Amino acid sequence: MEYRKERIDRGIKARTEDIYALFSYREMLYLLVPRAIPILVLFAVTLVVGVYWQKVLISTAVFALLALSWDLLTAAGMVSLGQALFFGVGAYLTGILNHYFKLSPLFTIPIATLGGGVVCTLLLLPVLRLRGIYFAMVTLALPLMLVRIIEATKIFGGTEGLSGLSGLPSTRFELYLSIIAVLAVLFFFRRLINTDYGLVLRGIRDNDRSVMRSGINIYWYKAQALFMASAVGAFAGALMTHVYMFVGMPVFEMDYSILPIASAVVGGMGTFAGPMLGAFILVPLSEALRGVGGLRIVIYGLFLVIFTVALPEGIFHYFQRKYHQFERWVKVEK
Amino acid sequence: MGEGREMKEEAPFLRVSGLTKQFGGVRAVDSVSFDLKKGEILGVIGPNGSGKTTLVNLITGFVKPDTGKVFYQGRDITGMMPHRIADLGIARAFQMVKPFYQLPAFKNLIIPLFSPRVKRLTGGKYGDRDAIAIDLLEEVGFERDSFVPFKIASVLPHGYLKRMELALCLALRPELIILDELFSGLSMAEVASMLPIIEKLMSENLTIIMIEHRLRELFRISNRVIVLNYGKKIAEGLPKEVMESDEVKKAYLGSETE
Repeated sequence: MEYRKERIDRGIKARTEDIYALFSYREMLYLLVPRAIPILVLFAVTLVVGVYWQKVLISTAVFALLALSWDLLTAAGMVSLGQALFFGVGAYLTGILNHYFKLSPLFTIPIATLGGGVVCTLLLLPVLRLRGIYFAMVTLALPLMLVRIIEATKIFGGTEGLSGLSGLPSTRFELYLSIIAVLAVLFFFRRLINTDYGLVLRGIRDNDRSVMRSGINIYWYKAQALFMASAVGAFAGALMTHVYMFVGMPVFEMDYSILPIASAVVGGMGTFAGPMLGAFILVPLSEALRGVGGLRIVIYGLFLVIFTVALPEGIFHYFQRKYHQFERWVKVEK
Repeated sequence: MGEGREMKEEAPFLRVSGLTKQFGGVRAVDSVSFDLKKGEILGVIGPNGSGKTTLVNLITGFVKPDTGKVFYQGRDITGMMPHRIADLGIARAFQMVKPFYQLPAFKNLIIPLFSPRVKRLTGGKYGDRDAIAIDLLEEVGFERDSFVPFKIASVLPHGYLKRMELALCLALRPELIILDELFSGLSMAEVASMLPIIEKLMSENLTIIMIEHRLRELFRISNRVIVLNYGKKIAEGLPKEVMESDEVKKAYLGSETE
């Protein structure tokens, strides 16, 4: 007797992705639990870890923010290879405001978030017409250019950077601020992308000419998406600057561009939860591997390869599918 | 729609004058001119590569003309961005269907329904548009009580995608629709089922430019036909008259016709 696996969608989804028919508390829980998990897990973890891992968690949250920002841009058809641009601009803006104008973090972080969004949007405005790899190349080049400008002109502390910036009240404060920010951005983006506004963004990725003939200015929408994504990235940079109490050329490093993409690939693109999950796997993993020594990068790389080969759709997509389907073994009839 | 415009009788609904576009050494469209009255159905025919689609691209702003002008309701729209032209009420169906493949069929229509033009004309909140979208899909022949309107566009058969292309135009509440080979790749039965939809639009006094290879269907519905060959307009007139012209016979049907 042969058996095959049968997969059936759970009946909770009434025809489409965003219309649900709820009949019982059980069904409400079914929807609530996956949304509650990230919140509960993250806050539970903050209660048990020591100072070192608290710092790791902050840095993880920062990368998660960059990954979320990357995923929003991708959802709107803009592939970014330069999340470091957003991160670096936010970091330098907050550093400048704090160092030269003596503003407290209470003001520098919000100003750097919005200002970083504006600056990055303006920087990329001329290339909004470009698509795919062409847009990606420009985003890759911009942070590399900015870092050389700072080195060559010796502005903002040049190679030394700006040190002695004010810090935040405590590590716990930094931790909760970063985690709340990640969760807020996660739920906001997930909600946004399913509204009619979000549909337009997804439409631009799918077929920008069809959005144009629908009487919608795609450049205006792309600029808005770019602003939101770069503001989130700039916030991450501003936060990190006050955590380290230092800003310098390393904020434009490739790490900040590549790791968010790796997180999105491991976690599952296009879901926001996936890239965030990816960041929360990759960054702590990279820290945990520090003990291994010289082979750290090799093991890390192997892990990435194994993940992309075994679960090309991403961890989140996989779990989502499993969660929404029944699976059972049935007899094959002849 | 647009009743107030009736006063400007001297300005035609759409005037195309001397449109020319050169791609490298090829004159894709070569000083083409024509006028269009409100409520008219204009057919555009011509052999493959005669510049029909380029003409549509020039009118709708997707390609900028080298010389020539396009006036819409007395307004110069030459070289405007495509979304501005769409905003004025010119909707266009692409020959190669351009749906949003990753969205369910009815969600495809949310995008034109979300446009500034539709908002200006009707308003509407998030969620309201879903119902309008499903109504529109039914109008173009999607079975309302089936799963079809809720399926992801990438799994829909070609016939449905063509219908959706029409619905994407209608969602914009246009005054002029340009249909670029709407019937291409459809079976006879599918064309027959879509004709009544077009005829219904005609009865609603919508102005339509139809580019078509299916001459029999086109001649049945169009008031006037223009014929393009190598980018030039070689004939214009009633469908019957046009096909009598020797030049058209030679260009369009081949020189073997006796």
